[in-house]
Amino acid sequence: MDGTLRIEVVTQTRKVLDEEVAEVQLPGSLGMLGILPGHTPLLTTLGIGELMYRKDHRESYLAIRWGFAEVLPDRVTVLASLAEAPEEIDVEAAERDQREAEAALATVDAADLERMRAKLELAITRLQVARRGTG
Amino acid sequence: MASSRDILRRIRSVRGTQQITKAMKMVAAAKLRRAQQRIVEARPYAGTLDRVLASLAARTEHTHPLLESREGSRAWLVVITSDKGLCGSFSHNILREADRLLASDRWESVEVVAVGRKAAEHFRKSPVPVAHEETSMISNLGADDGPRIAGMLIQAFESGQVDEVWMLYNRFLSMIRHVQVLARVLPVAPPLEESAEEPDVDYLYEPDAATLLAELLPRQVEVQVSTAFFDSVAAEHAARMTAMEAATKNANEMIDRLTLLYNRTRQAAITKELIEIVSGARALEE
Repeated sequence: MDGTLRIEVVTQTRKVLDEEVAEVQLPGSLGMLGILPGHTPLLTTLGIGELMYRKDHRESYLAIRWGFAEVLPDRVTVLASLAEAPEEIDVEAAERDQREAEAALATVDAADLERMRAKLELAITRLQVARRGTG
Repeated sequence: MASSRDILRRIRSVRGTQQITKAMKMVAAAKLRRAQQRIVEARPYAGTLDRVLASLAARTEHTHPLLESREGSRAWLVVITSDKGLCGSFSHNILREADRLLASDRWESVEVVAVGRKAAEHFRKSPVPVAHEETSMISNLGADDGPRIAGMLIQAFESGQVDEVWMLYNRFLSMIRHVQVLARVLPVAPPLEESAEEPDVDYLYEPDAATLLAELLPRQVEVQVSTAFFDSVAAEHAARMTAMEAATKNANEMIDRLTLLYNRTRQAAITKELIEIVSGARALEE
């Protein structure tokens, strides 16, 4: 596949990423989406997970929480409620969140279940992304 | 007539005040830069959201509770002022306009959401019922505050407590200009698609258009509320800067006037003493 994709990741307070890349993987709410240049126009909601983009055979990652993405043949725009690069992630805080959420999930009632699940998912994603950044 | 020592004391006191107004002007200038920065940083998100929502609204027949106008006319008016004073007529003008709107028969029944301590204090004294007030948020505005207030407004709208939500605030234009804006927040008016020059894109929707709309509309409200807060804060700092600049200048003029008066008084005293000495000498000669 020739050509490149322009990927833009913005949150409500800042622009996190703006690059020309070869491939993007998005954490869609229904599962991972691999996007190559020339993709059919698509609007999708995003869940919690890793966003991967490949440029010059190097893969980079961002931790994403909720939002949506607009995919055009030559452009991907991600509006996320939270987007963090590996070097921005506070590993200790994420580990603490993970422990707290795991402990809470054992005893939690139905009302809090979703919130705790989301907290756990975000913590795990953050740790994963942070490890990839340093590894 | 004031003695020269009294005048000196006044000069010192005015100079002290001037130092304070000068410092406040500098602080406001620094805060204004940060506030402007925030407005600029929030722009890409808002722009993209507008574009996507416009194309989504234009292409789907789906509707959503947040888009629907209702028959009723119970409204909330969100009035945004500052927490602190010393910014000229900034809050005063907004409150006067709010009073005018509330007194008119624009809405059959209306409650106020007072944002900023100035608004809260004003509406406590007025007969208009206050649905909610925020007295310390504006002076310490965080990224979560916009979404939090937006969530509250959406909840009130969805639960049927209100039929319309409007917002009255100062929009920042430039260092010396801000305008009052009255905008409807709910129901959401879908942004109009810009000229049809770009070929229409037929998107695939995942999971589906209705879910996307349900995801995007609350975000749109959040952005609108956050933008209003950011704008108001920037305008407030600009207004305070202008006010403090004027105060510093006034203090300067006052110091000049007092210095002149002081010199005159001093000269008059010297002249008087000379006359006394001279006439004393004359008296001795005779």
